[in-house]
Amino acid sequence: MNATTLQAARHGLDHLDWLEAEAIHILREVAGQCANPALLFSGGKDSIVLLRLAEKAFRPGRFPFPLLHIDTGHNYPEVIDFRDARACQLGERLIVRSVENSISRGTVRLKSADESRNKHQSVTLLEAIGEFGFDACIGGARRDEEKARAKERIFSFRDEFGGWDPKNQRPELWDLFNARVHTGENIRAFPISNWTELDVWQYIAREGLALPAIYFAHWRPVVRRGGLLQPVTDISPAGDGEAVELLRVRFRTVGDITCTAPVESDADTVEKIIVETATTTITERGATRLDDQASEAAMEQRKKEGYF
Amino acid sequence: MSAIEHIPEFSRPIDNGLLRFLTCGSVDDGKSTLIGRLLYDTKAILADTLHAIEKTSLRRGLEAVDLSLLTDGLQAEREQGITIDVAYRYFSTGRRKYIIADAPGHEQYTRNMVTAASTADLAIILIDARKGVLTQTRRHSCLAHLMGIPHLVVAVNKMDLVGYDQTVFERICGEYLAFARQLGIGDVRFVPLSALKGDMLVDRGDNLSWYPGPTLIEILQSAPAAHSGCDERFRFPVQYVCRPRKADDPALHDYRGFMGRVESGEIAVGDEVLVLPSERRSLIKGIHVGGKPQPRAIAEQSVTLLLDDEIDVSRGDMIVRAGDQESARVTRRIEAMLCWLGDRPLDAQRKYLIRQTTRETRALLDGIGQRLDINTLQEHPADGLAMNDIARVAFKLAQPLVVDSYTENRATGAFIVIDESTNNTVGAGMIL
Repeated sequence: MNATTLQAARHGLDHLDWLEAEAIHILREVAGQCANPALLFSGGKDSIVLLRLAEKAFRPGRFPFPLLHIDTGHNYPEVIDFRDARACQLGERLIVRSVENSISRGTVRLKSADESRNKHQSVTLLEAIGEFGFDACIGGARRDEEKARAKERIFSFRDEFGGWDPKNQRPELWDLFNARVHTGENIRAFPISNWTELDVWQYIAREGLALPAIYFAHWRPVVRRGGLLQPVTDISPAGDGEAVELLRVRFRTVGDITCTAPVESDADTVEKIIVETATTTITERGATRLDDQASEAAMEQRKKEGYF
Repeated sequence: MSAIEHIPEFSRPIDNGLLRFLTCGSVDDGKSTLIGRLLYDTKAILADTLHAIEKTSLRRGLEAVDLSLLTDGLQAEREQGITIDVAYRYFSTGRRKYIIADAPGHEQYTRNMVTAASTADLAIILIDARKGVLTQTRRHSCLAHLMGIPHLVVAVNKMDLVGYDQTVFERICGEYLAFARQLGIGDVRFVPLSALKGDMLVDRGDNLSWYPGPTLIEILQSAPAAHSGCDERFRFPVQYVCRPRKADDPALHDYRGFMGRVESGEIAVGDEVLVLPSERRSLIKGIHVGGKPQPRAIAEQSVTLLLDDEIDVSRGDMIVRAGDQESARVTRRIEAMLCWLGDRPLDAQRKYLIRQTTRETRALLDGIGQRLDINTLQEHPADGLAMNDIARVAFKLAQPLVVDSYTENRATGAFIVIDESTNNTVGAGMIL
């Protein structure tokens, strides 16, 4: 027996071991209870952690679910490349459904060509759920992200319209998860519900997980808008009269280009990011998410409409 | 000067694991302020969140920042002026990670508290120093005890409003102990504090110098971890069977891994095990964690077990260590304390589903005994169960379950009741 095991036997698990064991337990419950689940994989850090947890849960077997990405068409190319490479490396099936297709079908109508496609992912997700008959989707949401998430179950029930009803959630006791649904209904399972942003980075460091390059400090043209940095890209050009600056930035959260803002940072390694995360004064979403700035209840509203 | 460094030392790895605890009390006891203070003083609250509650405090005409707003809920709750249900919050002291289950104090209290308590290892029971031990104190303590929470901390709050008077604190401790003994509550600790002023939570403050004991955070920091008792019996409900069946890889051709979490006790390679309910025996050939072989596995670890013999094992079976099986009962009838959670009352004519560990079976009510009135702590004869009621019941089961009594093992003694027509979770049971 090595020293680490001895210590574990005396003191129990450390906090990352505990969180990992809980997440593996949740993933295996999804596999044990659901007939046709999928794991939502975007190439973002939380879903990269989910994939490592799935490896630990199911290897040497294959994952008992495909990976599913809802692509707004406005994602950073590095992230999309990473997504494809990771799925290929794991030898697991990746399904991509795009908001673009929902737009051509007419199920998504943008108010204007430059409207953010982020919230419209819900429609495409529900269409994918219908197309493949998924009865559960595993996601990387965490309760520390936002207060609408703080009250969400680990196994969260969604009705036929994909809606979340905060007043009518199933009681969730012990680790006895209830994934039962009728046809057309759906469970969203969140294995890393109890993780914080810091836990995620500590785990990435411990496991030596690879991440898309834009999570690390790099030089990028940005404009300052509404107190946040907005990356200047073909999809999100600078407005008239806006001053474009070249700043050293990194992304704390990665999503649709039009709604994810980078933060100024010199952290170019996971270790430096952990130090920054531990000492930051702004929440992850507060610093980076344009979609949550709309109102205090923006996330709650989106979730009721079927968002992740 | 604080006995511990209150600025989190994030650079140092957390080595004391994780503690899940529950806070019991109503808004009037200062529960939200207490949670807000813990989050604020451990630096779990970041500037933008603080800025948002500063704005709200100002808008509501308050002089100081109202830390209770940190636990303010959803839009749906604010609209109706109610708290919907349990919220989970996180903080860390650099030595330990904490998960707070914050159950609302009013509507559907039992249902929410039972839910929050089910995963907690410690409960903080808040008492308003001006009011002392109240009916709700007894109710909270009774539920915490019923749910098998091993450690209780009685936080006598609002000491600032009684002039930090030592005799008030001591009188309340005495009152509480008398009643705790009656209930059979073992491990209770007391701490005087003012959540509003921040005395004796994270910092000691200057006002309670007569109190020699630990601060609240020190109590949390040193509370024993779950499963730290050494004489637990090994329980391993099988969640999933891994059969890669890779024809091209001879090593994996016959691989059959039994995946699950060690719910209690520990196991080592070479140990003799028994699979229940079939009672087949085998030896542990290998233990894998994340694909890597390990000599042993301890409670709360998610692992894969490999057995020496090709015996039939599937999801829902329980692997126990040979010799550890005495208290594990294989049974088609259970007696339990049942807390009803559903909107519609328990229907004695209907079949329900019971889920216990990874096993599910149909069940039919086979009798209701005494109902426990958690306000008076009296027992009354019952002929039915409505939401928030707790009673002693018996169920007949279509398939056998492998159970321990809840007081012996929270993981294998607990079950939920599911209504198949809605698939809702409508009951929570503790096996006697």
